[in-house]
Amino acid sequence: MAPYESDGSTPAGEAEDVRDGRRTAARYVVPVAVVGVAAATIGLVPAFAGSGDPDLPKISAQQLIEKIAKSDVQQMSGTMKISTDLGLPNLGGLESSLASGALSQGGGDKGGSAADPSSKLLELASGTHTLRIAADGQDKQKISLIEKAAEYSVIRSGDQVWAYDSASNQAYHATGAGDDKGAKAAPEDMPTTPKDFAAEALKAADKTTSVTVDGTAQVAGRDAYKLLIKPRQSGTTVGAISIAVDAKTGLPLKFTLTPASGGAAVVDAGFTQVSFTRPAASTFDFTPPKGTKVTQGDDLKDGSKARTHGAEKPAWGDGKAPHGPEKTAPGTEPRTIGEGWNSIVVLDTGSKGGMPSDTSSKDGAVAGFLGSLGDHVKGKFGSGTVFSTRLVNALMTDDGKVYAGAVTKDALVKAADAGK
Amino acid sequence: MSQAEWAGPGRIPGARRQSPLWAFGLLRSELVTTLRRWRTLALLAVLAAVPILVGIAVKMETGDGSGSGGRGGDGGPAFIAQITNNGLFLVFTALAVTLPFFLPMAVGVIAGDAIAGEANSGTLRYLLVAPAGRTRLLLVKYATTMAFCLIATLVVAVSALAMGALLFPLGGLTTISGTRISLADGLGRALLIALVVAASLIGLAALGLFVSTLTNSGIAAMATTVGLVITVQILDQIPQLHALQPYVFPHYWLSFADLMRDPVYWDDLVRNLGLQALYAAVFGSAAWARFTTKDVTA
Repeated sequence: MAPYESDGSTPAGEAEDVRDGRRTAARYVVPVAVVGVAAATIGLVPAFAGSGDPDLPKISAQQLIEKIAKSDVQQMSGTMKISTDLGLPNLGGLESSLASGALSQGGGDKGGSAADPSSKLLELASGTHTLRIAADGQDKQKISLIEKAAEYSVIRSGDQVWAYDSASNQAYHATGAGDDKGAKAAPEDMPTTPKDFAAEALKAADKTTSVTVDGTAQVAGRDAYKLLIKPRQSGTTVGAISIAVDAKTGLPLKFTLTPASGGAAVVDAGFTQVSFTRPAASTFDFTPPKGTKVTQGDDLKDGSKARTHGAEKPAWGDGKAPHGPEKTAPGTEPRTIGEGWNSIVVLDTGSKGGMPSDTSSKDGAVAGFLGSLGDHVKGKFGSGTVFSTRLVNALMTDDGKVYAGAVTKDALVKAADAGK
Repeated sequence: MSQAEWAGPGRIPGARRQSPLWAFGLLRSELVTTLRRWRTLALLAVLAAVPILVGIAVKMETGDGSGSGGRGGDGGPAFIAQITNNGLFLVFTALAVTLPFFLPMAVGVIAGDAIAGEANSGTLRYLLVAPAGRTRLLLVKYATTMAFCLIATLVVAVSALAMGALLFPLGGLTTISGTRISLADGLGRALLIALVVAASLIGLAALGLFVSTLTNSGIAAMATTVGLVITVQILDQIPQLHALQPYVFPHYWLSFADLMRDPVYWDDLVRNLGLQALYAAVFGSAAWARFTTKDVTA
């Protein structure tokens, strides 16, 4: 009696209603159970996956660093995830306009191509990104930044360096080992592979630093040792650096930098998948597709230089954008004061009035905006503005000096006072 | 609970043995009925028109075929910069353009109409008199909706391919990773992408079917489903809800573009298909719970 089953007018209607209600409830258990099982799976699987730390023979920090140094991985490919949380306000599109502003100043015109490696670097300074890396020997490397429905790749094959931006269908080309700094600089300046990260961190390891082996972990399905690097000095914003090193190959697989202030990692870069087989040869072949706009590397030399500069301190490099190159030009070589973790870079921009509000209208607006992001501080040195992130702080004094470093605000003010 | 109880008085002994074939016949008649409706044909015509419009627009803007590379990185839908060099990219652009709205709208109309439309026009009770059982009728309705997802996607893809071949050159293409693949490989990937796009819609189809079992008004069910699609896509854009976003059904829709990477980046594709399967299971079973116990008065 399907269509009429609970017609209510039948004598047994009421009893049937109750039975139907129960039946309905019983059937709704199915979707609820499916949701429950799915939620449990989503919640529990990562918990189980992370629980088993591998059992590896004990090893000293010295041996582990040697292992990294000896590591000779020639052929590999993998996917890595980089999360950067510098605590910068979310600048959205402004970030890239600042970047392009800084870059185009060198050439005096909008010489930038969307495929220029420089225009992509600032993107890595915030948020989470997925990179794919492939390498086959010394001459063939490829790094791709996975974007939504697009990809940005830097491909090096011998002395040819190509960068291809599929979203805008533009390519960037540089030739020769000496000339390719534009593209090759990408992995060097802004360490993008765990290996580069590790090398940079270990350089800093001296009497100011404690280096220990901190147990083991599973990274990208491989057994790894964890190397823990901690500053012994106070006054730095760096809390600890942890590097997971593949037990077999010695390749650093994961790099985590936690700030002294606690909370989430500032930089967390690690492989999510890695393979040590030779990548397909076609991976490194690139011929620009027909109709692709190709920018030659030489056209962008100035731009690349400007970028190299900015990329070292992605956190506050933007702050210098309004000053223009002529002001940062000769006689303003950055000096370093302090040692170890507390080194502070001092840059004399020579421009009075620190935050120039007198420059051209667009730059002035940008400067005003940046000023609103910082805190005003006063000290023996006079007064200035402190821009802080979770890792790098920078003090821009009103007489045009910039102090920056991975140190606390107080340490910056102290350095400025001492420099007076 | 055996569904025989629900099959109504029309059930005859032995019907169960013939039923697979019978269900197939039901499915075929459902498909034919659905596809013959003017409404369905109009929807498909709109879907076929989108790639034609995109193709003509790109052709007119670029004129003699000089590259459109001047467009910035994030101006316009995915892959649009490559269309002038290779017509095959029109397929990907057209799917990227239709996937956020046109395709879900069409699927929402068909899914929302599936049960509620029958109830609205008073034909549902006749369908239930037939010895198929409610569960099977629901499965047939869902299969029809999924078939429509596939047909709609293929209509877009084929129309885009025809338009692309007509207006732009075809040939070997460059993947978004910068490697080159042959035209045959590219066509294979285009077909795979069309299938993935169709599969991206099955979660929505189940959702629409569930909404359709809740009401007796076909219009209400369609409007609710399409409204849900829009609402959920807006929620997917709000940064404050990022913890929730991986679980809303359109979140990984654009992951079909990952098939154009070389090697293919499977993570998001697998997540998308898993999410669609989850939605299909949850709302499919909810639709079943509702439909097998509800009073059918129309």
